[in-house]
Amino acid sequence: MTPRQKRLGFIVAGIVLVAAAVGLVLYALKNNVSLYFTPTQVFNKEAPHGRSFRIGGLVEEGSVKRENDGLTVHFNITDNDKIMPVVYKGILPDLFKEGKGVVAQGKLDESDVFRAEEVLAKHDENYMPPEAADALKKAEAAKAAANPVAK
Amino acid sequence: MAINWFKYSAPSTFYGLAGKLIPFFAWPAAILFAIGLYIGFFVAPTDAVQSEAYRIIFIHVPASILSMFIYLIMAGYAALGLIFNTRLSSMMAQALAPTGALFAFISLWTGALWGKPMWGAWWVWDARLTSELILLFLYLGFIALQASIEDPRRADKAAALLAIVGSVNVPIIYFSVKWWNTLHQGATIKMSGTSMHVAMQQAMFMVLVACWLYAIAVALARVRSIILERERNTQWVSELPEVKYEDGGAK
Repeated sequence: MTPRQKRLGFIVAGIVLVAAAVGLVLYALKNNVSLYFTPTQVFNKEAPHGRSFRIGGLVEEGSVKRENDGLTVHFNITDNDKIMPVVYKGILPDLFKEGKGVVAQGKLDESDVFRAEEVLAKHDENYMPPEAADALKKAEAAKAAANPVAK
Repeated sequence: MAINWFKYSAPSTFYGLAGKLIPFFAWPAAILFAIGLYIGFFVAPTDAVQSEAYRIIFIHVPASILSMFIYLIMAGYAALGLIFNTRLSSMMAQALAPTGALFAFISLWTGALWGKPMWGAWWVWDARLTSELILLFLYLGFIALQASIEDPRRADKAAALLAIVGSVNVPIIYFSVKWWNTLHQGATIKMSGTSMHVAMQQAMFMVLVACWLYAIAVALARVRSIILERERNTQWVSELPEVKYEDGGAK
């Protein structure tokens, strides 16, 4: 083996080793790397208890209710499996909408309601003009009307 | 006639070639930036969800892509320099680092400006944002390490090791939104196509190509300075017309 091949071998082996080490570390820290827990994970007691954590999912359709003070909001976060009731007092981001993604930070109280201190909106990776979005919505509505049982 | 592929791997011949190539990258870059940003800001339609605020994507996404690609190319050059002991490869790695750092910074900066109105936060410690921040630190570490060692050949070797080890971070940035729950949305440009309106795609693609051309032009200009600096005591540098002119004929 020439010194050149030796150096190449060392570098390739080095990269493989480092990648494997980093991969194992990240795998072990899987739950810490993720930004939020899903409602299902919270119900399975995977979320920390008595400590602040983040929960993420979709704002359930028709669940947003405002109290008379205009600041306190009640809504449900769902991952289309489990539902987590959330209370938040403060200003919501502009993109906060029913049926859209949301990440909230806070704690569970005694009655298993999530008391949020911060609510962030999560948007998706699709970009289109409003007309195209409307057309998509109409097409979906038409589909839903055509076979109401499918849902 | 056999082509001598290694002719331009000598700094003395590459110096001249790089000088001739720069305008061929710089001018198209300027033109594509202008057209791409014009389409992005004035022609592309408003987004259904984010209205006008989404337009920062035309800078944010190309800068992010470039910050990752430049790192891989830089690490590749650094590895070539380490394995084959080619001087020019190490110089190219050194020349690419500041541009990569700039793009990583722009990516984080525009991301923060975009995050505040849309998400409601300038910064969250999610996997995508954090790994991109680490990328910026890797660039800065590479530049600092290279600069802190007096002997350029030893500096190249030390910095090359950092660059190669750090390249593990690039796939982590790319796949972070897939592997973990993040606030950052998934990839818009995928192998299977893009989830984006056509005019938006065109604008983004043009700015992306412009960024590429800009990065190449700037790296070539920078590598010329590095060549001059490192080879300043050689015969061929002292015979360059621009160097003679700078000396003012004092010698």
